[in-house]
Amino acid sequence: MVAFLIRRLIQAFIVMFVVSLIGFAIQSSLGDPLRELVGQSVSEQQRETLRDEMGLNDPFFTQYLRFGEKVLKGDLGTSYFFKQPALEVILNKLPATLELVFGAVMIISIFSIPLGVYTAIRPYNWVSRLVMGFSLIGISVPVFLTGILLTYLFAVELSWLPSFGRGETVVLFGSWETGYFTRDGLLHLLLPCITLASIMLPLFIRLIRAEMMEVLSLDYVKFAKSKGLSPLRIWLVHGLKNTMLPIITVGGMQIGTMVAYTIVTETIFQWPGMGFLFLEAVNRVDTPLIVAYLIVVGAIFVITNTLVDLIYGLVNPTVKLARQ
Amino acid sequence: MNNAELNPIKDRSMVESAVVGNKGVLRAQLIDGFKRDKFIIFCFSLLLVYLLASLFAPVIAPFNPYDLSQVDILDAELPPLWEEGGDPRFLLGTDAQGRDMFSTILYGTRISLLIGVGAVLLQTLLGVAIGLTAGYFGGKVDSLLMRIADIQLSFSTLMVAIIAAAVFRAAFGEELYGELAVVILILVIGTVEWPQFARTVRASVLAEKQKEYVEAARVMGFGSSRIMWRHILPNTLSPLLVIFTLQIANAIIAEASLSFLGLGMPVSEPSLGALISSGFEYIFSESWWIAVIPGVVLVLLILVINLLGDWLRDMLNPKFYRM
Repeated sequence: MVAFLIRRLIQAFIVMFVVSLIGFAIQSSLGDPLRELVGQSVSEQQRETLRDEMGLNDPFFTQYLRFGEKVLKGDLGTSYFFKQPALEVILNKLPATLELVFGAVMIISIFSIPLGVYTAIRPYNWVSRLVMGFSLIGISVPVFLTGILLTYLFAVELSWLPSFGRGETVVLFGSWETGYFTRDGLLHLLLPCITLASIMLPLFIRLIRAEMMEVLSLDYVKFAKSKGLSPLRIWLVHGLKNTMLPIITVGGMQIGTMVAYTIVTETIFQWPGMGFLFLEAVNRVDTPLIVAYLIVVGAIFVITNTLVDLIYGLVNPTVKLARQ
Repeated sequence: MNNAELNPIKDRSMVESAVVGNKGVLRAQLIDGFKRDKFIIFCFSLLLVYLLASLFAPVIAPFNPYDLSQVDILDAELPPLWEEGGDPRFLLGTDAQGRDMFSTILYGTRISLLIGVGAVLLQTLLGVAIGLTAGYFGGKVDSLLMRIADIQLSFSTLMVAIIAAAVFRAAFGEELYGELAVVILILVIGTVEWPQFARTVRASVLAEKQKEYVEAARVMGFGSSRIMWRHILPNTLSPLLVIFTLQIANAIIAEASLSFLGLGMPVSEPSLGALISSGFEYIFSESWWIAVIPGVVLVLLILVINLLGDWLRDMLNPKFYRM
């Protein structure tokens, strides 16, 4: 176990190192920090002295070390546009993105488990065929199109739901603004969360169905049946329990995809989260903000993946920890 | 290169006969299954229509959407023919710049398919080379390559593609990026998705490596690269075909998503995704067709490819026959 833990941590460390290296490479090749600071008005000679003073003429590796040291201290540079520390700008937008992801995960869990289990128990019934057909269509509709169609239907044609922004929010625990406690905030959450969920929901229905069907064909389920246990108990207690383990791992791994799709969803609904901020930063060539986003998102990926792996290793006794 | 090249007849007749036999059976099964399934014939015909339409777009299209002299801003936002106010010149209406939607969609499909197929060809090349190497040599090479594949996959390919495209765009500026967009999109989408292929090829290679014909080829003194590419690879083709099909759908979705975010094709040379993106703001002024019609065209294309891929997987999966 300890060896597995150490190996996993080393891997996480290497990945973060590579991410920071890429971040630094972007920073040093995109835009000129000097021009952002002093503008065009300074003479060539003054420029050179300033470059020397700022260490911009140092070798790549020396500059990287300086960058790495700052990153470890939590200093990811200052956003050109906001004139504030980039990390602070991003962390201010984090709650909005997390609430969006939370809502989507809720929708996915509420719908995918019953539908997946049902289609596995009754694979040839017409309801199952309908669900599977819809899930294939769901996979084939790109997220941004789902968002556009939902906006057109519910916001433009029917005008039931708002089409952009977070609506009314209340402050929680000092700094966390939440939309979950006001009616307006919840209405604003609905379309973006459904849109974000739309990409994963069909995937999870199919996954749960496949796993469940495999579990139900195993000997211990047949044994439980021949013991005379009620079908409901076999499905929900014996079957579902063993189905969920791989599902949770896959789910944890999908956090990355989820973050990627928050960029798309936030752009459609002008949701003031990290993804929308990132695209704005790209359009403004706000290099420190781009790099800070890269490092924050990289850290989120690495932490969740490492945790999921470790939990899986702990929970599933069949994983041979030593040899991994 | 090696002594195998000196002895081609022996090589083909003895070792590769197994491959040919296998392929023949496979082809017969596929054709047989195809003839029996009307729905799949329909999907395939639809895909053929898409391919022909994009191949002959310049011939079919009544207007050239790239030619500014044929575009009149006074024709902007005309609805499709069947709606009130439709203009008989424009079957599917016009977009906000007065371009004929039908022609723009034809050209857009062409670009979407070009990028999709190009990116997947690149993925195949990278994935097959890496997967073959990992599977054939095993050991440290294998675990290193597969670890990299795991990590790359855990980062979500769309995320990596967005960041790569964003960096390119910020570095080149909007105008230059627009000119190079097709190449950049093929490169970005082609590079980030290689682990899918690499994993599949590796798994098949591990299974094939145990078989006697590989042993025979090795005994005959063939070099590793010849055994890998000429002997093992042909036997891993059926899972590759499935992934190849499904990945084209994914690549088209990725391209459309990037274009929607403004990181893909420019408005002057739109793919289906860029068309939908530029039509998005007009759905608020009731001009729904600018975004919705290309959207339907895109979804139908992806759906058809996904259905064909699923069908291929069911046909080629041995589990299916047991049931």
